[in-house]
Amino acid sequence: MYPDNLYYTKDHEWVKLEGDEAVVGITDFAQKQLGDIIYVDLPQPGKVLEARQAIGSVESVKSVSDVYSPVSGEVVAANSELAQTPDLINKDPHGQGWIVRLKIKDKSELNNLMKAADYEKYLEGLEH
Amino acid sequence: MKKTRLNAVHKEAGARMVEFAGFEMPVEYKGIIDEHLAVRTRAGLFDVSHMGEIIVEGPEALACVQYLTPNDAGKLAPGQVQYTALTTPEGTFVDDMLVYCLSVPDKYLLVVNAANTDKDFAWVKEKAAPFRVFVVNRSDEHSQLALQGPLAQEILQPLTELDLGQMKSFTFAFGKVAGIDCLVSRTGYTGEDGFEIYTLAENPEVIWKAIMAQGTPKGLLPVGLGARDTLRLEAKLMLYGNDISDKTTVLEADLKWIVKFQKGDFLGKAVLEKQLQEGLKRKLVGFEVLDKGIARPHYPVFAGGRQVSEVCSGTFAPYVKKAIGLVYLPIEYTEIGTEFEIGVRDRKLKARVIPTPFYKREKK
Repeated sequence: MYPDNLYYTKDHEWVKLEGDEAVVGITDFAQKQLGDIIYVDLPQPGKVLEARQAIGSVESVKSVSDVYSPVSGEVVAANSELAQTPDLINKDPHGQGWIVRLKIKDKSELNNLMKAADYEKYLEGLEH
Repeated sequence: MKKTRLNAVHKEAGARMVEFAGFEMPVEYKGIIDEHLAVRTRAGLFDVSHMGEIIVEGPEALACVQYLTPNDAGKLAPGQVQYTALTTPEGTFVDDMLVYCLSVPDKYLLVVNAANTDKDFAWVKEKAAPFRVFVVNRSDEHSQLALQGPLAQEILQPLTELDLGQMKSFTFAFGKVAGIDCLVSRTGYTGEDGFEIYTLAENPEVIWKAIMAQGTPKGLLPVGLGARDTLRLEAKLMLYGNDISDKTTVLEADLKWIVKFQKGDFLGKAVLEKQLQEGLKRKLVGFEVLDKGIARPHYPVFAGGRQVSEVCSGTFAPYVKKAIGLVYLPIEYTEIGTEFEIGVRDRKLKARVIPTPFYKREKK
């Protein structure tokens, strides 16, 4: 279910390392909790983020949730497709529903995050 | 946590369950938007067995109901239903509810909000003491299903001997549905045509499954509390605790149409009469958010450079495709078209007072 090549946070974001850049999105668990997503508040390219700082927010019919940057870095791009089709996050949370691409500052921060197996275990803990 | 008799059916259908008013209830099955649109364009089936059913019975039942409520229950013949409220002596809400006239003048069914059932029962019992009536809380024995949407009649008719074509809005009849004894009323909480089906049977899942089997080929979906909320808000139907409470009067809630001053005395009458004479200081209005974003309950509301209120109900409305909501505003800001602001975290969004209901179905 959860791809092995991603890193995961307790707040249900994922990060994928691509060279010096990190692609960030929210997990399948997060999109299911939110339900139908209708609006994504995206950051401007050039914005510098610390790890755990809010990147933006994702709104569903039911609720709104902040998205936190799993790692420190500078926003290179935001997924502009989400402005027209925010439900890409529901349909393909770990792929086309990505939210931002960051120029990563310190790759060692990835060590603070969970691998897929750990994240799945973490979710099991939440569901009980 | 309580469970309705349909709990297993929801879990089988893959519903996401949440706690609501002490019950484990389905919040969504396929997704709020799909479910909402199914009700507007085809039909949806809801389990609303958590609602409360209180019976007032005895020779002075009508007099008692008249005293407890602002609407005129004296106008009801057996088989008729009325939207009304339980009011405090201050003219505010203990709850809003439907009154079903079972027999004049001696038997009435009050259908109240799940979250308020115990409070309402205690209230009615206390206030009914001077009247020759029994007040009985029959909530646990009742299951309630709601079938709502333009195809509701077409789906339900093959399952019942009741002639639904003859059943007018806000009336009810007793009859079998899928072979089970029911009370069926042409009522609902979605702004669509539809039916609410009450039964005391232990196996309401027979009715649920029969309706689903009949309706699925026509696009019927099971609908959870998530879409129930967006549907009722589009139709500007009140939600106790959000839009009305013991802090808001019936007139402030813009429900003057359920206040019948000429009918005789009732709880809150004097206060409401005075409020009507003196004029309202604030009123519940509908708004749309003009900027991008969604206003949600309790977000602060600003007008004339100061905070004047907070959002009551607010959501994205899937059919009208706008962020809408309800808010009490000082009377000088309640004209249609008036603009004000809503604080959404670190931003202020522009909003505008618009006519309600936000959605009104076309009558055939």
